[in-house]
Amino acid sequence: MINLLFYFFSSFSIVFSLAVIVSKNPVHSVLSLILVFFNVAGFFVILGAEFLALLFIVVYVGAVAVLFLFVIMMLDIKFVSLNFSMYRYILIFFVFGFIFFFNFFFIFFDDLISIKTRYNFLSFFVNYFLSVDFISNWCSFVMFSNNLIIFSYFIYTYYFFPFVISSIILLISMIGAISLTLHRRNDVKRQFIYKQINRTFSNSIVWKN
Amino acid sequence: MEKLNLKMTTYFIAYFNILLKSFAIILPLLLAVAFLTLLERKIMASMHQRKGPNVVGFFGLLQAFADGLKLFIKETIFPNSANILIFVLAPITTFLISLVVWAAIPFGDNLVISDLNLGVVYIFAISSLGVYGIIFSGWSSNSKWAFLGSLRSTAQMISYEVSIGIIVLCVLLCVGSLNFFDIVESQRKIWFVVPLFPLFIMFFVSGLAETNRSPFDLPEAEAELVSGYNTEYSGIGFVLFFLGEYSNMVLMSSIITIYFFGGWFSPFNYISVLPILPGTFWFGLKTASFLFLFIWVRATYPRYRYDQLMRLGWKVFLPFSLGWLIFVAGFLLGFDLYI
Repeated sequence: MINLLFYFFSSFSIVFSLAVIVSKNPVHSVLSLILVFFNVAGFFVILGAEFLALLFIVVYVGAVAVLFLFVIMMLDIKFVSLNFSMYRYILIFFVFGFIFFFNFFFIFFDDLISIKTRYNFLSFFVNYFLSVDFISNWCSFVMFSNNLIIFSYFIYTYYFFPFVISSIILLISMIGAISLTLHRRNDVKRQFIYKQINRTFSNSIVWKN
Repeated sequence: MEKLNLKMTTYFIAYFNILLKSFAIILPLLLAVAFLTLLERKIMASMHQRKGPNVVGFFGLLQAFADGLKLFIKETIFPNSANILIFVLAPITTFLISLVVWAAIPFGDNLVISDLNLGVVYIFAISSLGVYGIIFSGWSSNSKWAFLGSLRSTAQMISYEVSIGIIVLCVLLCVGSLNFFDIVESQRKIWFVVPLFPLFIMFFVSGLAETNRSPFDLPEAEAELVSGYNTEYSGIGFVLFFLGEYSNMVLMSSIITIYFFGGWFSPFNYISVLPILPGTFWFGLKTASFLFLFIWVRATYPRYRYDQLMRLGWKVFLPFSLGWLIFVAGFLLGFDLYI
């Protein structure tokens, strides 16, 4: 059953990610991108990480893809003409494919945690799972801990440094995006609610001779 | 052969079980939507001092079914320049998503289709997909009104989802679990409206905006946009959008009941003067009273301007709910440390 689901999700994600590139209508390609996200969330469910799967759907499908759709629908491109040959890009494809491949290679075989932390992490596992406390209480551990509890336990203890770093990076990028797009125009009439609320009879009516 | 037969029977029973369970949710839900429309028309009528529908059936009880029949036998019209595939898929998606969410909502003690440990996140994830039906319907019908309505609706739903998420986080901090049964069980002593009253008010208003109800029904704004994203839909497409919207309303009120009003616990637990009613009765009563509140608001308040709506979402609700999140976390931590 698990194998069947894996092949289902992986084949559909490959088909739809090809459709993202190939389809002429940009809205169709965003639609297939959403379906790719869904199938990848299915992978997470197979791996037993339901929380990550749901988070993936909330963030990527519920927020990121909607913004893509907004931008694409507001732009006035109905159809991109595909009359030029795609083979022109094959060299670039190989270069970028090579870079991505090695990126993933290094990520999978080396992570960003320092050796000391990793040692602590391992020693935590050894100490915890071989302790008397755990052996006598493993039943309650299995019963009362779920995906989220274990996930947050590790994030806030042993992986807190990458967690904080990534949150700071996200904050900086958010502020950067806002400051890039924010330009106040002075010739627009604005509504200041606090001014309206603070208006009283005495400071709005002036007797002029 | 014997063994295979047994296996087939087991599978059949399992599938039949799932089928029956989903029908046991879907049919009452559709009935509830039908009577909700009647309720809305009757209440609005009595607030306007009219009679409302009173011809079909006693007190117009069959009015909703007559309307449904009329819509079902109407012709389905496809606009000439519409993108047919997405045009057909959009109402189906809306309706499907509004039904799928109900799998994790508990109605009483142990009355739920699937008791998820991450029920809150599940509902949040699925209801964040509800945007797609609207935005795709607006784009695919290739009409300016529908497109503007869908853009408005999407921006509104995304903005208010943020504050809803943070308010739910405050409730979850008090509970310490994402399971709906745990959430309701932790309100046995006191409902969360009492300690978290401002959050309840904000959640209710955000729920109004999230379900595109008035005073935030800008996507429909019939004076300027005809009727928003479903302008080009007729017949069954319109019915599916309508059912989706109203079942989202029922969903929002039952979520408010679970988060803030103690789910299926009766308000008279300590007095026990009344004969003991089942928990589902109290759940239904609370949900129905919130639906009444939705309709009451519609009959009372005028529509917001769009920039006022965005200001309320981003500049009022978001900072206030973030502040409450930090306050609740600090308060709980303080209690843990010193008491």
